[in-house]
Amino acid sequence: MALKLSDYKTTVHNDWCPGCGDFGIVNALQMALAEMGIERDKATIFSGIGCSGKTSHFINTYGIHTLHGRVLTFAQGGKLANPEMTVLAVGGDGDGLGIGAGHFVAAGRRNIDMTYIIFDNGVYGLTKGQASPTLRLGEKTKSLPSPNTNYNVNPIGLAVASGFTFVARAYSYDVRHLKDLIVQAVKHKGLSFLDVLQPCPTYNDLNTRDWYAGEDLAKESLERHSRIYKLEDTHFDPVVHYADEKELDEKLAQALIKSLEWGNKIPTGIFYKNETISPFTTRLTDKIPNYLENPPAKQNISKDGIPTTDISKILDSLKV
Amino acid sequence: MSSIDFSWLIGGPQGSGVESGANVFSKVCAGLGYQIFGKREFHSNIKGDHSYFTVRVSDKLIHSNVNDVNLMISFDAETIFRHYDEVMSGGGIIYDSDLEKITTDSVRTLDNYFKERLHQELESKNKPFTIEGILEVAKEKGVNLYPVSFKSILASLAEDTENPRLKGMVRMFNVIGVSLSLGLIKMPSDSLLQSIDSIFSKKPQIAEINKQAANYSYNYAASKFTNFSFTLPGIQKQSDTILVQGHQGTSLGKMVSGCRFQSYYPITPASDESVFLESNEILEVHDDRPGSTIVIQTEDEISAIGMMIGSALTGTRSSTSTSGPGFALMAEAIGWSGMNEVPIVLTVYQRSGPSTGLPTRHGQDDLLFAVAGSFGDFPKIVYASGDIEESFYDTGNCFNYSDVYQVPVIHMMDKFLSSSVVTCKRFDPQKITINRGKLLDKIEGEYKRFAFTDDGISPRSRLGLDNGIFWNTGDESDEFGHITEDPQMRIKMMDKRMSKLDLILKQVPENEQIVSYGVYDYTIISWGSTKGPILDALEMLKKEGIDIGFIQIKLLHPFPEEIVKSILKNVKTVIDIEANHSGQLGKIFKQNVTREIDYFILKYSGRGMTSTEIYDSLKKIIENKANKREVLDHGS
Repeated sequence: MALKLSDYKTTVHNDWCPGCGDFGIVNALQMALAEMGIERDKATIFSGIGCSGKTSHFINTYGIHTLHGRVLTFAQGGKLANPEMTVLAVGGDGDGLGIGAGHFVAAGRRNIDMTYIIFDNGVYGLTKGQASPTLRLGEKTKSLPSPNTNYNVNPIGLAVASGFTFVARAYSYDVRHLKDLIVQAVKHKGLSFLDVLQPCPTYNDLNTRDWYAGEDLAKESLERHSRIYKLEDTHFDPVVHYADEKELDEKLAQALIKSLEWGNKIPTGIFYKNETISPFTTRLTDKIPNYLENPPAKQNISKDGIPTTDISKILDSLKV
Repeated sequence: MSSIDFSWLIGGPQGSGVESGANVFSKVCAGLGYQIFGKREFHSNIKGDHSYFTVRVSDKLIHSNVNDVNLMISFDAETIFRHYDEVMSGGGIIYDSDLEKITTDSVRTLDNYFKERLHQELESKNKPFTIEGILEVAKEKGVNLYPVSFKSILASLAEDTENPRLKGMVRMFNVIGVSLSLGLIKMPSDSLLQSIDSIFSKKPQIAEINKQAANYSYNYAASKFTNFSFTLPGIQKQSDTILVQGHQGTSLGKMVSGCRFQSYYPITPASDESVFLESNEILEVHDDRPGSTIVIQTEDEISAIGMMIGSALTGTRSSTSTSGPGFALMAEAIGWSGMNEVPIVLTVYQRSGPSTGLPTRHGQDDLLFAVAGSFGDFPKIVYASGDIEESFYDTGNCFNYSDVYQVPVIHMMDKFLSSSVVTCKRFDPQKITINRGKLLDKIEGEYKRFAFTDDGISPRSRLGLDNGIFWNTGDESDEFGHITEDPQMRIKMMDKRMSKLDLILKQVPENEQIVSYGVYDYTIISWGSTKGPILDALEMLKKEGIDIGFIQIKLLHPFPEEIVKSILKNVKTVIDIEANHSGQLGKIFKQNVTREIDYFILKYSGRGMTSTEIYDSLKKIIENKANKREVLDHGS
């Protein structure tokens, strides 16, 4: 029986603030799962801590709401043990790029076949609006006592540098585009990263829905004034086709340069996509040939309570 | 024939082959039918600092080292400076005669604290601060000296074999030293050559050169030195004996128990276990295709525990292996696992803390942290093994506890165990059973992961199972696993989880909770690796007609207070033996059993206890000459 969008929704009360950008992301996630027809019990949403951490409770698949900063670690463990499962990890920008930044970098190096979505709003919402790692130097959102004294992390640049093989950005109020990117990210063979820009209507009074829509720019121009534009509408080609060094350098460089574009024009879409880098599965099957047919979660370890693992050869080697 | 009990010590700079020398010696002795207890001591250093290995050889079962060394072999000056006084009267020192003129000040790795103590000793005996001076002291004590010029051995060997390259092969000093020792004690030489072959099995050319050197050195010592009183003839060999390294008990236990995922971050002395698991990642399975253990080296210990939990959620038996500093980083996630009732096994190879402490030295400092080291109230099990053989079977139990009670299990091991090499009875995998508790293979109808049940344990789904969808959260949750802040639900969930502690005490068989080696007026309580030296010390006392009891506590949390209370009911004097400063088990004991510890025997120098020093302290206690707190300090 084909699954409907409503099948992916739970009845759990959603306590996000009215107008929160998180709604667009959770809707897009449900739409993407429905569009791909992923069985509900073959997908797990892992989430971090904070408002975005509650996402897993609103989606009717397996949902694991983990610890602050640690979502990628749980998600990778789950995917490695049961590689059949579709795994999505979600969390805030503070979660993934502050406390969890080490895991972000390490996950990139592994390139495990799963998707990581960062809800990027520039503030720590649930603790009342402190500056997050993506808030820009000198900016003062409304609950900060004084302007931000730290330079911002560049999530796209960091992902590209860390080895993520699919790196994209979306805007939470463009739900269809976000949904399309989630679908592409999930289908990507390797670790995909989506940086989703989203207003926090309560604590980020700078990067608001109106700001993204370019309301302040409207006076200067009567034409389209939204800050958000799509890379696919330009001549930008993010895909590494040949894996020769020159092409690779160019694609990495253009992704990094593009990621720095901010202000009146903010690019969304795919910045970088490289399927010539081996996913972690390949690295494992190179040394454990039957890993995919007989992964940890599927292995029989006992028969009637008696272990079936045979260590007699190792014990023989220890014989005196 | 009186029983054989022989201690051999080899020392040298780190990286000079001390360990492989000791391995050859241990293999040879074990191959001849002897029981072995070997232990390595080393600095936190890659190359150059002092390391040494003591191997005790006996024809009866032994569990520890003793203070006295019968034969020491040194190919550097530092070993002589540091260990000369451990060699007993009538024992021997084989040393490189080219070192005789070396002064203490010229050995840069001799630290000032040690040097000061050594100089005082030499000054009091009116000896020069040289190897010669030291050896005179040893000689006056009755130690036999066996000078051998290692360089001349290489030179003669080069000449005999017409291979001038051998002249400069100082890397073979270890094999030369071992062979000299074996020649001196008249051990049959064929087993020496066999064990060199097996150690260098992948490098036949190197094996050949080493065998030449071994033969030459063996014959040299056998013909030149004839006054040494210890000999080790071959004895009846037990057919089912194995020689195992410290980490192999838990790693082989993990394989047999069906652990199929291990995530870890490198740390001494725990990483050897993970490396061994990865080296054997493809597993043979009876009547089935091969299995495998996925071993992942993570970016830190937080990731190690996160990945382990993620894997465990899929129904895979999962574990990690770490030591104090890494264990501390895992504290938050241990609570998450307790809250979400995820079975995981953490193997903790303790070392001396706090902080980085003595990173390559022994300690049992982390018991209180294991019991209490994560915020909030949640159930978990802390379990400790007493020796390597035990650790194999205990690993099986730990996985069963974690599955049956759906709790994190902290399996306490330590550096004393990890750097030991011992002979023991071949592990019997059939003695390990696998009980997955309420893990489900099939689900129909509505499923609630944290459904309230009579025994507090809910049927467990796993990620990816048909119809088994559930949610987990580090927040308080309802039966589905969704967040709740309802006060009544909170009370019910806390009660459900915490009730497992009583269930564990009720259901875990008593002989898995504690092991009693007899109860007398004086009875020892202890935990973990002190077991070996305690058993050997009790054996020594028994020979003198003195009986002292010993209760080894294996289940440390929840604490088996009723069992311990009733066992110790008639005991007059309780002695707590532990390798830490504060007597951590004693604190738990006092809190649970509401009784004072009468004597503490503690050691926190970073070195493992010997049976000799435990024997001495127990003697003092019985003779009423002991302090309430006896602190041990043997070992350099």
